[in-house]
Amino acid sequence: MTESEPTITTTPDYDQADVAETVTRKEAPIVPVTSIAGRALVAVIAIMTFLAAVTLGAVILVHGTAREWQSDLAREVTIQVRPAPGRDIEAEVQRAVEVARATPGVAEVRPYSRAESAQLLEPWLGTGLSLDDLPVPRLIVLRLGEDTAPDLDRLRAQLGEKVTGASLDDHRGWTERMRAMAGTAVALGGALLGLVLAATMLCVTFATRSAMATNRPIVEVLHFVGAKDGFIAGEFQQHFLLLGFKGGAIGGGAAIALFLLANLIGRWFRGSAEQDQLAALFGTFAIGPAGYGAIVGLVVLIAAVTAATSRLIVQHTLQTME
Amino acid sequence: MVRFENVGLRYGLGPEVLRDLTFQIEPHSFQFLTGPSGAGKTTLLRLLFLSLRPTRGLITLFGHDLATLSKDELAMLRGRIGIVFQDFRLLDHLTTYENVALPLRVMGRQEASYRDEVIELLHWVGLGERISALPPVLSGGEKQRAAIARAVIARPQLLLADEPTGNVDPTLGRRLLRLFAELHKTGTSVVIATHDIALMDQYDARRLVLHDGRLHIYD
Repeated sequence: MTESEPTITTTPDYDQADVAETVTRKEAPIVPVTSIAGRALVAVIAIMTFLAAVTLGAVILVHGTAREWQSDLAREVTIQVRPAPGRDIEAEVQRAVEVARATPGVAEVRPYSRAESAQLLEPWLGTGLSLDDLPVPRLIVLRLGEDTAPDLDRLRAQLGEKVTGASLDDHRGWTERMRAMAGTAVALGGALLGLVLAATMLCVTFATRSAMATNRPIVEVLHFVGAKDGFIAGEFQQHFLLLGFKGGAIGGGAAIALFLLANLIGRWFRGSAEQDQLAALFGTFAIGPAGYGAIVGLVVLIAAVTAATSRLIVQHTLQTME
Repeated sequence: MVRFENVGLRYGLGPEVLRDLTFQIEPHSFQFLTGPSGAGKTTLLRLLFLSLRPTRGLITLFGHDLATLSKDELAMLRGRIGIVFQDFRLLDHLTTYENVALPLRVMGRQEASYRDEVIELLHWVGLGERISALPPVLSGGEKQRAAIARAVIARPQLLLADEPTGNVDPTLGRRLLRLFAELHKTGTSVVIATHDIALMDQYDARRLVLHDGRLHIYD
């Protein structure tokens, strides 16, 4: 053997401290980051997460407002007393009030006076209205107690017996329509979320396939050095999980910023007629801590879906490779 | 260690490229696999390395019938085999050190547990100064040695090398042959596929000669 030939040495002929310095970089990932269309995928995931988060926020707003409306309506019923020829409407109203007050479970009875009824009609009929000239019904608003629910059917029957021209409106039609509308909005939001997730999964599928094709030589070498499919899938999954988190955080962060901004603008304009109108219809644009929590949960979900999809695709692709 | 019985292989509906191969590779043995270009040396190596399945016959590796093994079990067996490719197949984005450490990394070992081992081996194959170099800046001979180091780092029981001296000058070829001889002495079975007769003449070993898809053995 000549002197230049490599030989097995029992004692190191090099300075181990020097060598440790030369291997300073952290081990590079086996699948190179640059081989994955990372930026484009992060952008797509960010957009998808943003859309999903805005949808989720909108669903939370609609659901919350509808629930508020429903509970307001459910705590209130109205007695309407229509004027009948030859009857004193004031006396009928008074009788209806007495019947209502005698009903257990009714917390408060508030008849609208003549003046208040005229005020209610003012926007349509103008001022200076004399209710005596018109057969305008009178309203009695009953606030229901929190603890016991009144027997509305019995109240309705008693009113029918004792008060001429009285009818009871428990807003059931309204509440049901409201519930149906809110349910539709929530279902629509759910469907949109499903579509966004499906689109994200498809994007990740394409990106993973392309990454697998680009990295095929690496996958082959990994197979040759004894790597199991699970290990290889894990290497890809690691990258995609990170990309999912990055995209999700950007999209979710933007959505959170949007809701915070809407809430802030709402506060600035509080008191203005437009804002009051909007607040009456949709409530404030606050989705609350639970809403922000849901958006953060969505980001985690999207990252997990991204990682799981890539793992599935890699494993499926590996099964077709020898 | 390895047993072939009446093994045949054809690609698709084509003619058999390997026919009736029956031979054994014993533990701690050293053999050359030779034959003219296109005789099927690389194909036979791929069969030995489990990247091809035979169309007929029986292959037993480390006591396991290959036909009955799952993919994960095949991966386990591959971990006991080292292979040196003619075209090296080093990963260009990993340093020499990381390339050589790859088999240990896929076994799930922590870097701290193998760092010294890998560095010692790199010095042993004469790459002590090239630890942090990326493959594109290595010379042909350096790449070859890095590929050999990667093949032996996990102490394989069987080492397969495909034309390991094909890309290097005769002097380096002789040095690499000495490396394989040293490995053989440490207990590894070695199969070197080559058509370099001069190389084979330098080392007295069993010869498996492929010709027209059939194997002739000269002990």
